[in-house]
This record gives sequence, C-alpha cells and structure tokens, in this order.
Amino acid sequence: MTLLDHLPILVVIIPLLTAPLCVLVERPRLVWGLALVSAWLSFAAAIALALSVAASGTLTYQLGGWPPPWGIEYRIDTLASFVLMIVTAMAALVMLFAKESVVREIPEQRISRFYAAMMLAFAGLVGIVATGDAFNIFVFLEISSLASYALISMGKDRRALNAAFQYLVMGTIGATFILIGIGFLYMMTGTLNIQDLAMRLPDVADTRTVRAGFAFLTVGIGLKLALFPLHLWLPNAYTYAPSVVTAFLAATATKVAVYVLLRFLLNVFGIDFSLGRMPLEYLLIPLGLVGVLSASLVAIYQVEVKRLLAYSSVAQIGYMVLGIGLATTTGITATILHLFNHALMKGALFIALGAVAYRLGSTGIGDFAGLGRRMPWTMAAIVAGGLSLIGVPPTVGFVSKWYLVQATLERDLWPVALLILLGSILALIYVWKLVEAAWFRHPPAETDVREAPLSMLVPLWALVIANVYFGLDTGISVGLARSAAAALTGGGG
Amino acid sequence: MSEIPGLFNYWVVVFLMMAGFYVVISQGNLVKKLVGLGLFQASVFILYITMGNLSGGQAPIVSQGVFIYSNPLPHVLILTAIVVGVATTAVGLALVVRIHEAYGTVEEDEIHARDMADDESLFEENRDGEESGR
Repeated sequence: MTLLDHLPILVVIIPLLTAPLCVLVERPRLVWGLALVSAWLSFAAAIALALSVAASGTLTYQLGGWPPPWGIEYRIDTLASFVLMIVTAMAALVMLFAKESVVREIPEQRISRFYAAMMLAFAGLVGIVATGDAFNIFVFLEISSLASYALISMGKDRRALNAAFQYLVMGTIGATFILIGIGFLYMMTGTLNIQDLAMRLPDVADTRTVRAGFAFLTVGIGLKLALFPLHLWLPNAYTYAPSVVTAFLAATATKVAVYVLLRFLLNVFGIDFSLGRMPLEYLLIPLGLVGVLSASLVAIYQVEVKRLLAYSSVAQIGYMVLGIGLATTTGITATILHLFNHALMKGALFIALGAVAYRLGSTGIGDFAGLGRRMPWTMAAIVAGGLSLIGVPPTVGFVSKWYLVQATLERDLWPVALLILLGSILALIYVWKLVEAAWFRHPPAETDVREAPLSMLVPLWALVIANVYFGLDTGISVGLARSAAAALTGGGG
Repeated sequence: MSEIPGLFNYWVVVFLMMAGFYVVISQGNLVKKLVGLGLFQASVFILYITMGNLSGGQAPIVSQGVFIYSNPLPHVLILTAIVVGVATTAVGLALVVRIHEAYGTVEEDEIHARDMADDESLFEENRDGEESGR
C-alpha cells in the first residue's frame, strides 16, 4: 500500500497526533507552527481525497485491515469528501489567523494546551465526516465536543465559563440521545456499519424500536445542530469564546452536525422512511422557518456584534434544515450548498470580528463607530460577508438562496419562498446596522486604531474572494452538491 | 403483566434516565446538575449492557460445554461510552471549579444575577460610547 491508500485515515490522524505533541512542545510559536502545518497537511490530504473520489468513486478504508462487519470502516463518498474539504480548509485558514489573535487573547502559559484542544476538536470533526461507522460517529462527536467545551471556557469574560457549562450540559444530553438512538438501531439490526444499517433497516422499519431510535437520533443531532428551539447554548458559546474558537466552530461544527443529520436521515434511514413515512417534513419546515425569522429578529436588537452574528448563525441553520425538510433533490442540494457557503461567509465575518477584537479589545456595536476609515480592509470584508449573508447576487449567499427558493417553488410552497425572502430582508437590517456604524458614524476623537495585521487580512480576504468566486463560478460547488444530493436521495434510499 | 420481571432492567433504565434528566433541569446547583447528568448517562450504559445479555448466556469466553454466550460487542461499546462519561464529568467539574473561582458561587440564579448586573453596566457604557460617537 502506498501513502495514497491511507489518505482517509491520514486526514484524521494528523491533527489527532499533533494534539499531544502540542502539549509536549510548550513553546507558543513552535506550537502554532505545528498546528498550522498539521491543519494544512490535513487540508492537502482532503483535496487529494476529493480528487480521487471525483475520479474513481467512493473510497473505503478498513481500520487495522479488519473487513467492515467486524472492523471499523472509513468511507469517503462525494458528500464526505466535500464536507472534509470545507472543514479542513476552514481549519487551515483559521490557523493562519490564530497566530496573532491567540497571543492577544490567551495567557501565554495556556497557549500550548489551547492549540492541543483546537487540534482535538478539529480531529473529532474530521473523524465524524470520514467514518462509516455509527458508533464511531458518537465517539468522534464527543472528542470534538469535549475539546470545544474547554476551548469556549478560555474566553476572557468570566461568562465564557458559564456558556461552556451550559453547552456541556446540552451537548452531553444531545450526544447521549444519539447514543440511545444508535443502541436501538443496533438492537434491531445487529450492526453499526452505516452501509449495513441502511441495508437491514427497511426490513424492520415498522417497529416501535426503530421509530424510537429515529426520534432520539433526530432530537440528539438537533441539539448539536442548534436547531431552533434547541439552539439556546449557541449564542452564549459563540459570544464569549475566544475569537479564534468562534471563527473555527462557526465555520465547521454546525456544518458537521448538518452532515450527520443528512447521513442518518437519508443514508441510514433512507428518504422514504425519514421524510415520507415519518412526519419529519412537518417538523423541519416550520422549525426551520421559525428559526430563520425569530433568530434574525433577535439578531437585529443585539448590541454585541459577536452575539448578533451568533443569532444569524441560528437563522442560517434554519435555512439548511428547511432544505432537508423539502425532501427533494433540489432541496438537499440547497442544504449542502448552504453548508459550504455559510462556512465561507461566517468564517470571513468572524475572522473580521477577531481582527476588530485584536485592535479594540471588544466588539460592541458602539466600538464600530467610524472603523471604516481606521480599518478599511477589515470593514470592507465585513460588508462583503454581510452581502453574502443577505444573499446579494455576486456572492455565494445568493446561489444557495436561489436553489432553496427554487426547491420550495418546485413543491408549490410559495408562502415558504416568501418567508425565505422576508428572512433575507431581516438579514439586510442587521447587516445594515454594522455597515452604518462602521462607515457613516464619526470615530471617537483620539484613537490610534490601525488596520489589522497582514496575517489576519490574508485568511480574511482569501475567504472574501472565495465568497465572490464561488458566487460567480458555481460549477464546482453546485456540481459537487448536486451529485452528493442525488446519491443521498436516490442511492441511499 | 408477566412481562414486567423480564423487562425489569428496562424499567430501571427508564426510571434512572428520567430521574437524571429531571435533576439536570430542576436543580440550580451546578454540581447537582452534573450528578443528574451522570445518572442520565449511566442509564444508557445499563440499556446497552442489557441488550447484550441473552437469557442463560455465559460470559463470552470460549469454554467447553457452553453454547450460549452473551454478545460482547455492546459491553465493549459501553466501555468506550463510560470513558466518555468520565471525561465529560471531569471537564464539567473543572468548569465548576473555575466558575466558583470567578463568581464565588455555584448556584445558577446567583450567577445570572451577577451577569445581569454586569450587563446593565455594559449597556450604560455602550450608550455613552454611541452618544460620544455621533
């Protein structure tokens, strides 16, 4: 076997092994270098995987050489390779941004352990995507969650501790629900492998055990996903976490949860069961819409910009869930696209906020007064990210909204389409609040605020350019999302 | 109702699960919340262990004259889940220690009261900032 055959495991194992190394090394600069190299190596492996999946179809990897029913299998299909690319790319860019921001926000003696926890969270998220084993998903979920509780608690404000504790309680309940659900499925099928589960479940689908397992899994993943009304942990966690952690989690963690939801609903249970025979559609569409509208409304009234964007994240998750609820190939395509696009825009916006926090020390809306003149590049990036959030044409936000509206019209649900547009208008209001403060207000008289350092602007503008590029050239992202959605709705069911 | 003795373990699971869940929701003390969370997780361990057992099954070690073995896989899975549970409790307790250092209390409503007081001062500051910005 060559190194190439081991790629599915390398993506996971590189960050996993970097974590203990970070603790051993201890020197802040060196640890950052290690984390950076490992994130980029993982990204490179993910690209190689995506190319190989595109060329020769689904890849499987048997851990320790044990064949699937006994051993754990890693399975990379189109959807997995797409999400792997998103997660590793975000980690690689956030690591670039982390250099200065971490030095500013984390006490020096904690930096090495901070990066170790980052790497663990990253490894867990990548593992969830790469694995083809239901129990393995639970284990990786807990690895990434435990690391993120620790990461959130490192925020400067003491409220970060409480936010982390709340997240710990809700996250653990969610993970335990997932564990119960997997247990019920194992009871009925005697297997944990996702392919085997998908094959054996239809025979026993009409039992109460499977239905209960389905319910536990949906609610458990919903908690991890921050699906309205299970989102209560998210705003605090995002607001008080260190900037790097917020940027990383916002761009990756909820995306991976959406991936898990897609996997279980469409791959394991199959679209006929989960969205046909089970009344999930009547749950996901209204909850998605209420999530979009209520979270956007709440976002308008926030004075802390990080919290404003956190609520906007809850709203964006509403769009993704809505796409799943529509239960058509176009709807699922819109969900997968929005998963990618939202990672791009929220990644950019939270990195920009991190740059503001780096220069000003806080991110209240009052602090933004006149920043457009002091930090033009950062603020221009916020405007671009905001436009993408609203869904203005040359950006990626427009592409996914377009597909989502199309999917609703295909099902003749035009009131839903109107409500989606209303959500965009609400987004316009809260983005405008930022723009107005940054560009149309006078800065306080004596400030020596300068533009953010180059090491922050590079990843920030890489994401902004990606926002526009993938908005104009939709071939790659839409193509991948569509083929992944087709595999989920046709092949898996 | 002859099913009840056979399903005894499952009744225990449901009782423990709901008791743990209730403690998590109802208690304001963070340590008690963690106790409830532990109870909640432990109930799932029993669920898994029960499903791996066969009536009359022996421990899964090959020996002569034994034909029915319990299924070892759920037991092994739960070993992993127990480790996860221990780690969760450890992280949770560590957070409680730091909350106690920062707030001087581990009661949820007192923590909220202190945060509210902070919020009001933050709001004042922000308004001042906005006014001077205009």
